[in-house]
Amino acid sequence: MSETMVKAEEVHKRFGQLEVLKGISLEVAPGEVMCLLGPSGSGKSTLLRCVNHLEKIHRGRIWVDGELVGYREDGGKLYELPESEITQHRAEVGMVFQRFNLFPHMTAIQNVIEAPIRVKKRPKREAIASGRELLQRVGLADKVDEYPARLSGGQQQRVAIARALAMEPKLMLFDEVTSALDPELVKEVLDVMRDLARLGMTMIVVTHEIGFARDVADQVVFMDEGVVVEEGAPSQVLDNPHEERTKRFLGLVLEH
Amino acid sequence: MATPTRTADEITRTEPPDEIQAVPVRHPGRWIAAAVVAVLIVALAHSVATNPRFEWGVVGDYLFSSRILKGLVVTIELTVVAMAIGIILGVVLALMRMSESALLSGASWVYIWLLRGTPVLVQILFWNFIAALYPTVGLGIPFGPSFIHLDANSLITPFVAAMLALGLNEGAYMSEIVRAGIISVEEGQTDAAQALGMARLQTMRRVVLPQAMRAIIPPTGYETISMLKTTSLVAFIGLADLLYSAQLIYSVNYKTIPLLITASIWYLAVTSVLSVGQYYIERHYGRGRAREAEPTLLERLRAGLFPRHADVKPLPEPPKMPEDHR
Repeated sequence: MSETMVKAEEVHKRFGQLEVLKGISLEVAPGEVMCLLGPSGSGKSTLLRCVNHLEKIHRGRIWVDGELVGYREDGGKLYELPESEITQHRAEVGMVFQRFNLFPHMTAIQNVIEAPIRVKKRPKREAIASGRELLQRVGLADKVDEYPARLSGGQQQRVAIARALAMEPKLMLFDEVTSALDPELVKEVLDVMRDLARLGMTMIVVTHEIGFARDVADQVVFMDEGVVVEEGAPSQVLDNPHEERTKRFLGLVLEH
Repeated sequence: MATPTRTADEITRTEPPDEIQAVPVRHPGRWIAAAVVAVLIVALAHSVATNPRFEWGVVGDYLFSSRILKGLVVTIELTVVAMAIGIILGVVLALMRMSESALLSGASWVYIWLLRGTPVLVQILFWNFIAALYPTVGLGIPFGPSFIHLDANSLITPFVAAMLALGLNEGAYMSEIVRAGIISVEEGQTDAAQALGMARLQTMRRVVLPQAMRAIIPPTGYETISMLKTTSLVAFIGLADLLYSAQLIYSVNYKTIPLLITASIWYLAVTSVLSVGQYYIERHYGRGRAREAEPTLLERLRAGLFPRHADVKPLPEPPKMPEDHR
């Protein structure tokens, strides 16, 4: 394993004329939890999507576990990776989305075993056995054969986490995973994430849950308008922010 | 002034109020309209039963005659083959249309423009007379030597011409249906599949298309029923389908009306069967969306006829999608 799990160097990304990332650099060590905070439109989710190459970056470099994301560098020249290699990299990085994005035509267990069977070519019986174990781990042993439409938001999101874990990723990306949930369902999802962090999973978490960031994060990064405004330990960024923008944002988020 | 807090027990009254028993509003207009329609129905039924020129006896004689049944088989074969060509071509054209390559999407656009912009009857005639344009069909290297030569006149029989014309035309319509279906699937589905490491083709086949089917099936059923009827145009190129077989018979015996009725009965029978089939296919692709499985046709029929006694599951609530939580 490489010394840094994720390394981003001067990452730029634009959509048409709009520049959403303006030179982001950061590092996440193996086993570390990094929380990305910031107002909507600050580029947090885009950065996350660049890490597994769902979005292409325009400048800079991103490495996951020592491997360049999306490209091969040879003699100072960049070559786009073929799809087969990109999918292989993505298979090692789990991602959970704000709106769950479960496959609605598949039951919980079918959602979980789809990628292990199709991508990792694991035997079906084996995939089902470990899929059941994962669903049990996220507290859904009795919902194995339910379709997503019959699950609550919190349950759907826990299936989505199990689905990502089924690929045995070395890194997990969480994109505002509790933002679409009713308030009383947020805790059950955060608890699963706390467990994961305790077990040593490397995680990048885009969130508005300041309490979660304070408890779980090793590093907090505050972003605004495509740049990193402030970063450091949670006690520093959340309790003693230096920057005016960080203070203003935390004031707004913590007000209610 | 603050209202004192009340518990649920205090709020709930011990005696619920009486159930409402109101006199319903009368609808005289509805009754008059129903009476008018009833009279019309009776008059029509009377005329159909008593007008000797319907010649129901002749209809009965020909309904299962071998020539009519052969024509029916040709009609069904043509429908099946043309729809198969149309669906496969439709998927290909839709994927081309959504391709990032300007040439692929442009070619698809032109194809659709051309085949939707001209009458299908003209296309049927074109394919029938294709030998006038290309007397021989060869297989070989483009712009180079060809190895196999075939006479277009013997290769393109009326059936082949009809099959090609209807199938290629249907492809243009199906491609728009397939494209609309694919677009209807949320982008988050593709994101999720790709984040799991699924390749683009896998994502399309396993995740996007099965969901697109929900939007694709109903108009495809409509297209199939429409195709069954459109095949009757092949009478123009002398292909003995259901309609043309009937025409061939009445051109000899002059029993025009009974034979047209005979053909119509078969068209109606097949479209009815297709409609039932469509219902069950839609039910299959709706799985996972509704909270309860939709009732089968029989269950629904029973519920309609004996509303109180039938043991029927309630109709499903509208599907609840994750977007609702936003």
